[in-house]
Amino acid sequence: MRAAVLVFPGTWSDNDCVWALSQVGIESRKVWHRETHLEPDELVVLPGGFSYGDYLRTGAIARFAPIMESVQCHAEAGGLVIGICNGFQILCEAHLLPGALVRNESLQFRCTDTYCVPVNTTSPFTRGLDASRGYLFPISHGEGRYVADEPTLRMLEDTDRVAFRYGTADGRVTAEANPNGSMKNIAGILNERGNVLGMMPHPERSCEPLLGNDDGNAIWRSVLASVGVRT
Amino acid sequence: MPVDDRALQQVAMSREEYRRLVEMLDREPTEVELGMTGALWSEHCGYKHSRPLFHYFPTTGPFVLTKVGEENAGAIDLGDGWVCVFKMESHNHPSALEPYEGAATGVGGILRDIFAMGMRPVALLDSLRFGPLTDRNNRRLFRGVVAGIGGYGNCVGVPTVGGEVQMDASYSGNPLVNAMAIGIGRREHLLSAAARGIGNPLVLVGADTGRDGIHGATFASVELSEGSDEHRPAVQVGNPFMEKLLMEACCELAEQHGDWIEGLQDLGAAGLTSSSVEAANRAGTGIEIDISLVPRRAQGMNAYEVMLSESQERMLVIPKAEHLDDVLAHFRHWELHADVVGHVTDDQMATIRDGATVVARMPVGIFGDPPQYPPAGQRPASLDRLQAVDPGAQPDVVDPSATLLRLLGSENLASRRWIYRQYDHMVQNNTIIRPGGDAAVIRVRGTSKGVAASTDCNGRFLALDPRTGAAMAVAEAARNVVATGATPAALTDCLNFGNPEKPDVAYQLEEAIIGLSEAARVLNTPVISGNASLYNETPGGAIIPTPGIGMVGVIQDIEGCLTIAPCEGDLLLLIGAAVEQPASRLAGSEYQHVVHETLGGLPSIDLDLEARVQRLVLDAHARGLLSAAHDLADGGLAVAVAEMCIAAGRGIAAAGVEVGPRLDAALFGEAPSRFLVAVRDTAAAASVVDLASLAAVPVVDLGHIRGDTIALGPIAVSVAAASGEWETGLERALAEG
Repeated sequence: MRAAVLVFPGTWSDNDCVWALSQVGIESRKVWHRETHLEPDELVVLPGGFSYGDYLRTGAIARFAPIMESVQCHAEAGGLVIGICNGFQILCEAHLLPGALVRNESLQFRCTDTYCVPVNTTSPFTRGLDASRGYLFPISHGEGRYVADEPTLRMLEDTDRVAFRYGTADGRVTAEANPNGSMKNIAGILNERGNVLGMMPHPERSCEPLLGNDDGNAIWRSVLASVGVRT
Repeated sequence: MPVDDRALQQVAMSREEYRRLVEMLDREPTEVELGMTGALWSEHCGYKHSRPLFHYFPTTGPFVLTKVGEENAGAIDLGDGWVCVFKMESHNHPSALEPYEGAATGVGGILRDIFAMGMRPVALLDSLRFGPLTDRNNRRLFRGVVAGIGGYGNCVGVPTVGGEVQMDASYSGNPLVNAMAIGIGRREHLLSAAARGIGNPLVLVGADTGRDGIHGATFASVELSEGSDEHRPAVQVGNPFMEKLLMEACCELAEQHGDWIEGLQDLGAAGLTSSSVEAANRAGTGIEIDISLVPRRAQGMNAYEVMLSESQERMLVIPKAEHLDDVLAHFRHWELHADVVGHVTDDQMATIRDGATVVARMPVGIFGDPPQYPPAGQRPASLDRLQAVDPGAQPDVVDPSATLLRLLGSENLASRRWIYRQYDHMVQNNTIIRPGGDAAVIRVRGTSKGVAASTDCNGRFLALDPRTGAAMAVAEAARNVVATGATPAALTDCLNFGNPEKPDVAYQLEEAIIGLSEAARVLNTPVISGNASLYNETPGGAIIPTPGIGMVGVIQDIEGCLTIAPCEGDLLLLIGAAVEQPASRLAGSEYQHVVHETLGGLPSIDLDLEARVQRLVLDAHARGLLSAAHDLADGGLAVAVAEMCIAAGRGIAAAGVEVGPRLDAALFGEAPSRFLVAVRDTAAAASVVDLASLAAVPVVDLGHIRGDTIALGPIAVSVAAASGEWETGLERALAEG
């Protein structure tokens, strides 16, 4: 399997994603935002960063980048798309995912380890994950508080589209474990078909024991399993 | 041109310096020439008071690749073709006026110094000083500076991995913001900032040029006063998004197309003036610039303004003429403006034209030859009085447990998590030891190597004895690096002092440089880059001398680096001294400051012992004997033990340790040259003791890491209580009022 790691002006997690994917044997190519070609069987990664400087609003300008039309088509055709941090913000701005990401409740940037408890365990990204524990994914954002209206939140929960909630290492979802004030502790959500995942935490940062943890690789392994690659 | 006092004042040039310029030119300078010369002869660019002292610095060593001042930053050899470049620079005056933008542009400026050398920035550290946080304005400055560092650093994708902050009354209204950046890359990608190759074009890349920051270099070279607010336009505004594009474009150029260019230079203080003239001076060439070709963001700018603008996020590229189109296309790909604004000449002149009109034409050598003022220092009488204070005259500590908790929660010792959780310290996936330890450790991707970095300086020791205090700063920075298992390799310094034209400050400056140099020589850590920030004075007086030290060490086996967190059951050893200490060791300590609210006594350091102790720790680590290490510094033994216990989430059983007649000196005294190390078992402890006796270094077995109480001599506090005070101290200090 190959991955297309998108690069917008201001993206900074592209190299980290390439590195993390290489840890589980996924080869990547970087795709500049002005390009338009994506292979149907590629995993499309929208990495973190400050695309276009986060000017105007996070992700608001990136959604108009030439590559985004291809991302839209890729998603509609059932291709896999994951947006991490700024990538999640872009997917929301592009209406590939519902809701929005606003300023952290603390009004401050937060860079820290968090534990994310899988909720959906059937999507291509989460099917191998253990819902009874938290996975260590660091966060690094100033605007990561997930908000949506009440019907949307209910719909996400009723249709098993919450991918992760902030919680504890032993899998409890608590108010204290919520680092940014996200509604319902939501850290990541899926689209209706389950082929698009957006999440604020950075699984690509927990990709090897030397960095303290490799929990993030569970997501990539799940993706590999979903396309029939054994790891 | 008839010149009046006001015109000279505007460029911070004295009448005498003006006469010197006229003599060198053999005519009166034009307005543009005067402005350019004033900026380059300012203390900030020309180091006219500090350069005469640079000869003290040791500048060569086994790791050193560049000589200090030769390029924008110094470089060391990591082996196997890998190079590490680093530098620290001040942005004090701008941050005093506009804390957010001042600090943000300080980060931006130091990053450009790194990628101007073709190296990819891999880490940032920030050494900060503020007045006490009991004061509302100091809290405002503190919050603004932290937000500015985060706002810029987080956006450009370079992790902010370390630094330190200290509060002292002398920094009230004159905060210190010293940013350090580290770059790593392949040796063959190292670029020079020289304008080589006659006829090669000069290409200005990045932001348009505006009126921001004009006279910034000059403003940084005078004291802050009531009227300083009027200099607000001298503070630049940062655009980290543009910086990110510049950084990627320049790093890619160096890595993939280094053969297209002759030189790369950042635009910092004094903007286009300093970058072009310095590049010409390095190459022994001349430059010709037509300011009408410089893209502007403001209308009606004259030559003077264009040449002295300090608009941020600009680089000067000197491509080989035949690759000009390639270079322009490269920057276009990165969606950056790039314009030819001049070319390299063979006449060693700086010629500035505005279209057809020549507005300045001077030998570049004049700019590079600022007047030098060897400091006329005089030891202030107040120093004798300060040093004569006997810390032992104060009564001993009454309740050591309560005092430990108070110190752990104090603004200078409390956890810095409130700060670093606002900084992205993980991006790039190479941060092996995160902020909060003794030094940060960054992996060199693709190798088993790493670099450790720490910034340090306790200005209070320098206030008591500048020579000893500066040596202690170098020693502490080296100890912090050693505590991770790294071999200290070289240092960068940021010389923050008051007005050097005053005899007492001149004395401090020279003494500090001598002390710094002595320690750097003994510890084998040459000075490879640096910066001087003088004139740190407000109407309230000068800051205490603060030569910030940025130390970088090299780790050969990244898998084996050490943190400060021991494991359950480990034995904790004190290395370097007996537990018992004389009361004189309280001189300049945090205990003296917090408990007795005074400063006095005479600090001292035995550099030979310091070197032996550091070698011993590295030796023991190389033999695999250590499971954790921590240097002893602010707060002394008790605070260091508590910090290790907090990190481990475990207590220590060291109640039986003989503490000696003076409890305060033993527990809270700040003698240098000491470490705490954890070992797994008694056999490892015995091996460390053997090594220590060979090295003639004292070792004391303190006790086992276990339980949930920090029991150290007369101290008994729960880890939870200690951790609670320590974790929340800074937030509480910032919340008041």
